[in-house]
Amino acid sequence: MAQFRVCPDSGFYFDKSAEQLMKVNAVAGVVCLLIGGIMALGVVLTRWQTVHLLPADMFYTALTSHGINALIFWIIFFEMAVLYFASSTLLRARLAAPRWAWAGFALMIVGAVMNNVAVLSGKSSVMMTSYVPMQAEPHFYLGLILFAVGALIGCFVFLGTLVIARAEKTYEGSVPLVTFGATVACIIAVFTIASGAIILVPTFLWSIGYISHIDAEMYRVIWWAMGHSSQQINVAAHISIWYLIIGILFGARPMSEKVSRSAFLLYIFFLQLASAHHILVDPGMSAEWKIFNTSYAMYLAVLASLIHGLTVPGSMEVAQRKKGLTKGLFEWLRKAPWDNPVFSGFFISLVVFGFLGGITGVVMGTEQINLIIHNTIYVPAHFHATVVIGTTSTFMALTYLLIPVLFRRGLFLPKLAMWQPYIFGGGMVLLILFMLGAGTLGVSRRHWDMGFTGALLSFEYPGTAFMMMAIGGIGGVLGVIGGASFIIVTVGSLLFGKKLEPSAGILESFGVKALAPEVYNVERPETLARAEKLPVEEHGSSGFEAPGTFILAMLLLVCFVIYYFINWDYLSSVWPMG
Amino acid sequence: MTSFQPPADRIWWKVPVGKDELLWIGIALVWCLIMFFMMPYWHVYGKQNISSEAYQTTPAKFQASVDAFVEKYKTGEEKGIPIVSPPAGSDIYLAGRLWQWYPILELEKGKSYRLHLSSLDWNHGFSLQPVNINLQVVPGYEMVINITPDKSGDFAVVCNEYCGIGHHTMLGKIIVKE
Repeated sequence: MAQFRVCPDSGFYFDKSAEQLMKVNAVAGVVCLLIGGIMALGVVLTRWQTVHLLPADMFYTALTSHGINALIFWIIFFEMAVLYFASSTLLRARLAAPRWAWAGFALMIVGAVMNNVAVLSGKSSVMMTSYVPMQAEPHFYLGLILFAVGALIGCFVFLGTLVIARAEKTYEGSVPLVTFGATVACIIAVFTIASGAIILVPTFLWSIGYISHIDAEMYRVIWWAMGHSSQQINVAAHISIWYLIIGILFGARPMSEKVSRSAFLLYIFFLQLASAHHILVDPGMSAEWKIFNTSYAMYLAVLASLIHGLTVPGSMEVAQRKKGLTKGLFEWLRKAPWDNPVFSGFFISLVVFGFLGGITGVVMGTEQINLIIHNTIYVPAHFHATVVIGTTSTFMALTYLLIPVLFRRGLFLPKLAMWQPYIFGGGMVLLILFMLGAGTLGVSRRHWDMGFTGALLSFEYPGTAFMMMAIGGIGGVLGVIGGASFIIVTVGSLLFGKKLEPSAGILESFGVKALAPEVYNVERPETLARAEKLPVEEHGSSGFEAPGTFILAMLLLVCFVIYYFINWDYLSSVWPMG
Repeated sequence: MTSFQPPADRIWWKVPVGKDELLWIGIALVWCLIMFFMMPYWHVYGKQNISSEAYQTTPAKFQASVDAFVEKYKTGEEKGIPIVSPPAGSDIYLAGRLWQWYPILELEKGKSYRLHLSSLDWNHGFSLQPVNINLQVVPGYEMVINITPDKSGDFAVVCNEYCGIGHHTMLGKIIVKE
């Protein structure tokens, strides 16, 4: 039975059920991003003190909804699509157990809807973290549990597809690096979901009265084994996509398979320990426990990220230089396709993830420095650099690639698409920088009113803090405009984009006119061949392969070192304690 | 088109690694180790560390400790909240509850105190401003920290862990006298 079609533009083979699943997961993700984005506007316009849009109860509802939709639902739906792509499409294999995959997707939808209903009713404004003993409605937890079970099924479908590809010999040699990275993401996801089950199932039982008490500290420790690890799925996933994008756009191959894969392996071993970042100023943990865990056992996962930070742009530089862009240190970068949103989205993501997300993450995850940062608005500033610019920008960039390849549509409003990564990235960078500043001045996160209206006692933050929150607010509004542009382009492309070839599928279910059925005329794709061997002299010649990237990496390190010690200096100025 | 193709060499892990990468891995590893050893170093030579002294407790038990403490050292009242002036070096208590920090503490500059912190209901966040010291306050756990105020003046305790609709009104006060 022929079940594959070959994309005439990219040469990718799409298994029919994998393709449909990728489409529905991507669409569901974008819908969640839309909800998260609308909520983001409410949050931003409330924390911008002169606007102060929403009343307190609506603000906390919006903040809860924003966190869950943008950080969990959008990203994990999209990651399911990425997993199916990295297994079935990249390995040219049929998808394992498509019915199970559909069941998983259905569970994720039911869970996401259930949780959204609980939050939007206003009775479960407990923030994404839902720390006990503050209680949400039972279907808040049940929704998250169903969603997680669905995602877990997706993970096993991914692993099953790897097994099928191997058994049916659809590729030669080892799996490609991108699939390797996606496998790392999948393994971390299984760990994450297991941790989530350990804490959310009892919490659900507690919310319906079957369990009388949940220890507040135990909840925090185990919840973060899920909460932080889920962000590590994103890191592994979006770095895999970085490698994919440089492969597609530049024909780049990793500078060294060994180095890039070892770095991914370090993620499996050490990334999870970072859950301790959230527990550094909690009661009862020993210093040894905190130091070992918060540093991922001597910063070995940070080492992995620093390695990818060199090898991703380095691989791109090597490929560009081979094409003759060899002038000076940076011609390869200057002459990159800056007007292609796939490239600009990826590159902005890479730079901001490293310089802002990475550095601030390590600094605030330092045991003692956490004292001056915990729960200030510095924390969301950090994870907007990692998750919004890092992950979301990367997923957006990949979407621009998927629209023609997967959905067979031309881009709607291509000029808007061209500007979108810059609007989104620029706005978010503004938001991040000024929230970092306000956090350093002590402004609290998850706080409706930094003017403390109605408090018995009084306190005033410095005027600079208000100004920084205002500039951050402008950045946030720009970010929302950038996000809206993305939605306009993607939804517009699906509805009105130029059809690239007869295609049918998901659109029918949204009431859009069905087109001629797509041609699935390939029974078995050709075996995926190994990359061509390079001539020997290109390996490890005496000079640098990627001198420009090396300079950029050193610049990152210098910023890192300076900023790290500035924060120690700041710490040394607060009250002595111990 | 190779980052998503199987590696060119069958035994890819034996392909020599380029100079850029080796050098960078070396530099990055050294930096990682420096950052790692900064934390134990600060425990020995730094003045700002996080106490790991903590006890399991219950809201009722902690409330009783706070009440006894307030009764013993109460010297005044501000807006209905007692002001407590404990002697230098003593055990002092601060409770977070919906939506108040109780009581107001009056301390002496340069003197050390053993601060007991806990919550009587939900999670709260102790955020001392404008000094900017932030600690998590968890119900059922009593954290004990040695603090030494080194500047005089009025300081606010902002709650920086979301604790419901009145979260933004939860302000406390610590007075440090010369």
